[in-house]
Amino acid sequence: MNGRQDNMIERPAETVAEAALDPLPWKILEPLPRSPSAKAAQASQGTIGDKLFYSVTKCFALFIILLAVLLVFYLFHGSWQAIQRFGWHFLIGTTWDPVAEIFGTLPTIVGTLVKSFLAILIAVPISFASAIFLALYAPRWLRNPLSFLIELLAAIPSVVFGLWGLFVLVPVVRIWQIWLKSHFGWFPLFNGPAVYGVGVLAAGLILAIMITPIITAISRDLLRAVPRSQMEAMLALGATRWEAVWKAVLPYARVGLVGAVVLGLGRAVGETMAVTLVGGNAFKLVTSLFDPVHSMASQIASEFTEATYNLYVSSLIYVGLVLFGITIVLGLLSQLLIWRLSRGQVGILE
Amino acid sequence: MKSWYLKNVGLGLVALIMLSGQAAQAAAGDCPTKGVKELTGAGSTFDFPLFSKMFDEYNKLCGVKVNYQSIGSGGGIRQLQEMTVDFGASDGIMTEQQLAQAKGGPVLHVPVTAGAEAVVYNLPGIARGAIKLTPDVLADIYLKKITKWDDQHIKALNPNVSLPNLDIAVVHRSDGSGTTYIFTDYLSKVSKDWSDKVGTATSVNWPGDIGGAGNEGVANQVRQIPGAIGYVELAYAMQNNMPWALVRNKAGTFMPPSLEGAAAAADVQSLPDDMKVMVTNSANQYAYPISGFSWMLIYADQKDAARGDAVAHLAWWMIHDGQKYSKALLYAPLAPAAVQKAESLIRQVKVANKPILAGN
Repeated sequence: MNGRQDNMIERPAETVAEAALDPLPWKILEPLPRSPSAKAAQASQGTIGDKLFYSVTKCFALFIILLAVLLVFYLFHGSWQAIQRFGWHFLIGTTWDPVAEIFGTLPTIVGTLVKSFLAILIAVPISFASAIFLALYAPRWLRNPLSFLIELLAAIPSVVFGLWGLFVLVPVVRIWQIWLKSHFGWFPLFNGPAVYGVGVLAAGLILAIMITPIITAISRDLLRAVPRSQMEAMLALGATRWEAVWKAVLPYARVGLVGAVVLGLGRAVGETMAVTLVGGNAFKLVTSLFDPVHSMASQIASEFTEATYNLYVSSLIYVGLVLFGITIVLGLLSQLLIWRLSRGQVGILE
Repeated sequence: MKSWYLKNVGLGLVALIMLSGQAAQAAAGDCPTKGVKELTGAGSTFDFPLFSKMFDEYNKLCGVKVNYQSIGSGGGIRQLQEMTVDFGASDGIMTEQQLAQAKGGPVLHVPVTAGAEAVVYNLPGIARGAIKLTPDVLADIYLKKITKWDDQHIKALNPNVSLPNLDIAVVHRSDGSGTTYIFTDYLSKVSKDWSDKVGTATSVNWPGDIGGAGNEGVANQVRQIPGAIGYVELAYAMQNNMPWALVRNKAGTFMPPSLEGAAAAADVQSLPDDMKVMVTNSANQYAYPISGFSWMLIYADQKDAARGDAVAHLAWWMIHDGQKYSKALLYAPLAPAAVQKAESLIRQVKVANKPILAGN
């Protein structure tokens, strides 16, 4: 560092542009170099603050890894009894009988995935459309209040959504379901107990409403971060606004958009309170949109306090382990998707 | 009326014990004197509203603050097993396995209150108490053998009611709960089929249909779904003005759920000394059959003299003076027979093999 500064001073009248191109100043921000000379240089500079900052950030980063490791360890440790007893049959078992001490969790796995993907299916088009409007079309007087409102929605606790769902959404869903069943009852997805109101459809809708603000807010920021030139160049070539958005802006942001959807999916999979209230919580494999659905998170939350013997508790922790595994698999799949997407050429460069 | 009666029974019993000479004068109604100002308990959510009131009054009376965490009976049992609380509270009896895992030795089940569970339904135009159910029919509904309201079995019991051709939507608790324990215990007693296929527990493998979280969850589903049936604690059914069914008791009378019915269920001669008894399907002719005790769980051998003293005094106060707060909060007060048994249980609480409340 010392040397570099000398160097700067020695260079008498180099152009500003050349100085800007000099890569050296950025080295300061990189993780500290390991070579002894650099270390010595640093010590002589007395950058204790830098060192300290580096150590602190490193500690916290490692702490997160430690937390994850501890979590996995605990999940395995806590569920060991159930793992030994049921093995992987736990994943395909359809009976959850605390009296007979038989536990299998397939219905909640299926329930969790079905309601989450239904939520994504509903939420993604709405979120992307609102994000595009907010980022690229909306006049300022509309954009700011709308953005604020969406961020506000994202911060509402899930139990509030759940209660609203139970008292307002479910009665409406019941009416839809009865109508759907009486007109399209031949369609297998609509051939369920329509009158319940609570079930897959209600849970999917409430989750969609919960994750829409999150996906919208993130997507809007991503779209706003797309360089204006992308769109302008496209427009200059004679494209319509729609073509510019579709072919230049969205592809540019696609990796981030996938990330936004994955965040939404993550929330949907782990959501507990709201789906407990509107899901119907029946431990059965769902066959239609109207069937009551149980989810892994709400099963753990609702049965843990009254789990009266060790194998029962262990089985609930096993459910937690499976949920953790599903989250990781979904995360990996999204990484794979992002990787595939980012290999291709971007929008306007094609 | 009732509280007057209770108070007098309580006082009478106290007087009797004093006269009998074998018991401690220091025990009844006194505050603990060994300096403990705080106790902790955990368990049943069902007990929580009553306990809040009782503990508040007890704090005013004796200056002992009781911190009660209503984390559910199962949680209360676990905390008691680990000896992290001074007492537990549960709506169900501890199993042999649970008792074996209790680190502090034998656990006493002291009854502190009783409750009833209403069978509530949603049948448009049919009022509270208009539907009569026998134990078999109720069990068959929950087993999904009877699936329509105009089933001939229900019709036969209710000849004067025009029952609709509606599917029965069976609602149960999705969370583990003492309420479910009492309800499934009742069904197991009255139906062999139920006890073979489903059994008794805080959470079971339900044949059907919908799970609601908590009493309010069940109450809500029943209110919203036409044709639904569910079971909730009496207090919820009363406060929400829900229609409930009359259930035939063991003596053959169709009874509405009531505090008196719950108290009567526990007022039988055959109560065992350890009080580990589910009083569902009681033989008392005034009993409402889906009723049960809630117990305070106390270690018989207290490790700490001062804390043991405080717990024993608290329990004693709760089964006597504390009972007067039951009715207003829609809990059934303990019947005299139960109070008597509870007293002898509290007398068994010891420190270093010396009874705390007797012969003081």
